[in-house]
Amino acid sequence: MRAEKKLRVLVAKPGLDGHDRGVKVIARGFRDAGHEVIYTGVHQTPEQIVSTAIQEDVDLVGLSCLSGAHLFLFSEVLRQLREQGADDITVIGGGIIPDEDVLRLKDAGIREVFLPGTSLDEILKWTEENVCPASSGQEPAR
Amino acid sequence: MTTETIDRIISGDVRSAARLMRGIEEDTPDALKTLETLYRHTGRAYIVGITGAPGGGKSTLVDALIGAFRRREMKVGVVAIDPTSPLTGGAILGDRVRMQQHCTDPAVFIRSVATRGWLGGLARAAVGMMHVMDAMGKDVVLVETVGIGQQEVDVTRLAHTSLYVLTPGSGDSIQMMKAGILEMADIFVINKADQEGAYRVKMELEAMMAMQGEHPEAHEQRQPPVLLTEAVYGKGVDDLCQEILKHRDYLLSYGLMQKREHERVRLELAEALEAALKALIDSRTDHELYESLVDDLVQRRIGPQSAASQLIGRLSRT
Repeated sequence: MRAEKKLRVLVAKPGLDGHDRGVKVIARGFRDAGHEVIYTGVHQTPEQIVSTAIQEDVDLVGLSCLSGAHLFLFSEVLRQLREQGADDITVIGGGIIPDEDVLRLKDAGIREVFLPGTSLDEILKWTEENVCPASSGQEPAR
Repeated sequence: MTTETIDRIISGDVRSAARLMRGIEEDTPDALKTLETLYRHTGRAYIVGITGAPGGGKSTLVDALIGAFRRREMKVGVVAIDPTSPLTGGAILGDRVRMQQHCTDPAVFIRSVATRGWLGGLARAAVGMMHVMDAMGKDVVLVETVGIGQQEVDVTRLAHTSLYVLTPGSGDSIQMMKAGILEMADIFVINKADQEGAYRVKMELEAMMAMQGEHPEAHEQRQPPVLLTEAVYGKGVDDLCQEILKHRDYLLSYGLMQKREHERVRLELAEALEAALKALIDSRTDHELYESLVDDLVQRRIGPQSAASQLIGRLSRT
């Protein structure tokens, strides 16, 4: 699937989880759709993810967590984005996440959660429908 | 964009600067206008270019250099360039992976940028980004090129000091003799120097440079030093930082800085002119004629030169 508009996407792995196969597949998927993907490697703190998202002016942050610490880590990323006035950035998540946590993450502000078995096309289609490139040249919302 | 934006960027606001950089990449008229105004506030940052073959450790070296400059209490900007896929237009920008330890330091601003089809190891937007970081008050801006190898002369001309990074076993002296590399670098870095052959590469390089003799244009009669580093362990990086600052002092004390600045600005102008002309040509090209000429080329009815002349002939008449 080829994207109609070019986005800047950050894919990141917060916390101590070192399983990066999935996130690399996602990164390639976004690249092949024509997006620019910033990859920061494993073991990122929420602070690192948030400051990277701001420095790189991304439209979308994809968080991957397979260790079970998603509730704390994802929420912390959201909290810090808000604190920096950067909560206009869309955040999605993926990984080994129990169904009951999906709702809690969405309540916290994660826009969508993709579980194992989701196809790349599904994720790209969702992105196409839900994420717009920041109107460049405009001042960021505060 | 307003004067408020300009003020914010000059006071170091990351969000405004990052958004402006986005606009520069997208060529939005607003962003280009802001950049134009911002230009008056630039010219203080010292620009260091880092180039060399892929996998030589450029990003790791940049990471270590950020640390070295920070220890000297200098503020650092980094423009890290990675290639755009010619097939999909997408890109994976992964230079940051090696630099993440610095990303929460408020005195450090790292920005990844894709080449978007620009050749020469640079991205067209990179120059604008350098200016924004300069205006933000960064003391030094490190520009890491894509790493294609032998065609990356551009960045060396856009920098005050340019480093060429190589590794033991990255080619024999014939590679070094090829035009461009020897003449353009101010400092050579042999990274991964714990690997076998590092000293041999150093000797070969130094021998080649000695052989080069006194080329009238080559390097203001200064022989570029060859340094050994192990960037992963931070070994030799402080010396490298020292050497960069020494090169700056050298340029200053021999009155060469102004000459370099002239060359730099000349290249920036050339690039801006080229981009503007290309945009002008694109906007005025007769696309029907263009496509029919492509057909003619495929059928070998005409050659590319005369096809180009026909298009240009049409341009000058409109």
